[in-house]
Amino acid sequence: MISLNHYLILSGILFAIGTAGVFLRRNVITILLSIEIMLNAVNLTFVAVGRYLNTVDGQIITFFVMTVAAAEAAVGLALVIALFRHRETLSPDAFTALKW
Amino acid sequence: MIDFYAVIPLLIVVLAGGAAMLAEAFRQPGERMPIAGLGVIGLVGAAAASCFLWNTDAQSYGAIRADNFALFINLILCGIGILTMIFSNDVVEREGLPAGEYYALTLFAIAGMMMMAAATDLLVIFIALEILSLAVYVLTGLRRSSAAGAEAAFKYFLLGAFSSAFFLYGIAFAFAISGSTRLDVIGTAIASGPGGTLALLAVGLLAIGFAFKVSAVPFHMWTPDAYEGAPTIVTAFMSTAVKAAAFGAFVRVFLSTLEPLQGHWVPVLSVISALTMILGTVVGVLQSNIKRMLAYSSIAHAGYLLLGIVAANASGKAAVLFYLAVYAIANLGALGIVALLGTADHEHDQLRDFAGLWQSRPGLAGLMTIFLLSLGGFPPTAGFIGKWYIFAAAVQEGHYWLAIIGVLSSVVSVFFYLRIVVMMYMTEDAAGPVRPPISATAMAALAVAMIVTFYLGILPTRVIDLALQSIQTIY
Repeated sequence: MISLNHYLILSGILFAIGTAGVFLRRNVITILLSIEIMLNAVNLTFVAVGRYLNTVDGQIITFFVMTVAAAEAAVGLALVIALFRHRETLSPDAFTALKW
Repeated sequence: MIDFYAVIPLLIVVLAGGAAMLAEAFRQPGERMPIAGLGVIGLVGAAAASCFLWNTDAQSYGAIRADNFALFINLILCGIGILTMIFSNDVVEREGLPAGEYYALTLFAIAGMMMMAAATDLLVIFIALEILSLAVYVLTGLRRSSAAGAEAAFKYFLLGAFSSAFFLYGIAFAFAISGSTRLDVIGTAIASGPGGTLALLAVGLLAIGFAFKVSAVPFHMWTPDAYEGAPTIVTAFMSTAVKAAAFGAFVRVFLSTLEPLQGHWVPVLSVISALTMILGTVVGVLQSNIKRMLAYSSIAHAGYLLLGIVAANASGKAAVLFYLAVYAIANLGALGIVALLGTADHEHDQLRDFAGLWQSRPGLAGLMTIFLLSLGGFPPTAGFIGKWYIFAAAVQEGHYWLAIIGVLSSVVSVFFYLRIVVMMYMTEDAAGPVRPPISATAMAALAVAMIVTFYLGILPTRVIDLALQSIQTIY
């Protein structure tokens, strides 16, 4: 039997994977994807908890989160394109115009 | 119908934003539209609506509550918005920013901020946070020809999206302990069984999310980059308005809903507050770019505001609201002057650029001095009273070390504010930059900001009382 704890642990692992990706990956697109993994880990928590508490609230919240994530991805990719026009690279190590 | 009263100020600002978008869409090529005036009308309307709603405690479906606390922040936001619009009218065209997009995004961001301060449901707070953040990310990168602007916007976006994931995870745990995202339900659930692992996780993750938004150490890395790379007028707007909205929600969530867990979060927030004050001041001293210097100064001010939340007795809570207003006026004034002096080819943001401002523009140099002294906390400006109330509250609650750190860091911070003043008055203007003319409206707006700074510094009682009354409505 899969209990709520299993879901919470899985979502915790996914969230940690996403967080690690943001810090370790050296490509801005992959970093954006890592943030999406973090948001989806949260979605999993919402759905699992909603199911556990026998309400549909968790699933409804997930739709809001998905909408926000889509809007965020749209703005994020637009900013990546704007940045790529100036830098011709996707490596975050190259973005050093602003420091200290 | 009555359910909609609470969102009226917000709706007015959204309408103004939509009108700004339409005005741009129907603009003839080369035609100049008074979009800033449109924005001012909308914001004055929103401020008037907020005044009418005062003391009514209107609620919309349990998600938005226009209590006096939210309305107080609404009024601060409208003030910031009106000043920004007036400065923008001079700046936007000169800097070659796309006018329609700029005004529409600014107004939508203000609508998101009003929503954030008034929301009584964590999910609504999250959505409001995203509305304002997405608008501000785009505003940061609005100068598409600037590599620094694109980089600043992307860094801001990346860390902002990263932090909102943490914030959302915190909401998920709060949902897990109470079965709802509404603040009152969560508050009851926490009060009945405080201290569980899930509750602590929720508090920690929500604190991380808020700390990113108010740029508290160690989550401040984006602040200097975003503030330096953004167009100066956007820096002026976001350094004040975003902070006001984020602190509004921060206070509401932590001081009312999560108050039963105070024993757990007060130690953490006191350490964060101390680090924020120290780092903001010390690194600020090293800067030679005014925008970056004021970015670190805004980090230090976030530390003072956090100190107000840590010392959450009656006067400390009111001091947070009062300080938000004080800081907003002074910082907006100072950065507004930097923005008004900039042109498309020359940003006028290096310390050296201010050499001899006193000789060529005595009025402007005087205003800048007053705003900087208010930021530094000199009597009889408003900044002194704001800091006085916060530090007094900290001492009353026994946070002596934090109060001492606060006083010392404000003394050190005076050094870098005075560097600008010394540069303006005591250095000769040797082949200085060409400074553009400044319209009478913008000067009048700066003069009003100066009068408010002195009013709050000399006769603060009335506004402090107002802040005290309004903060009581969140319980």
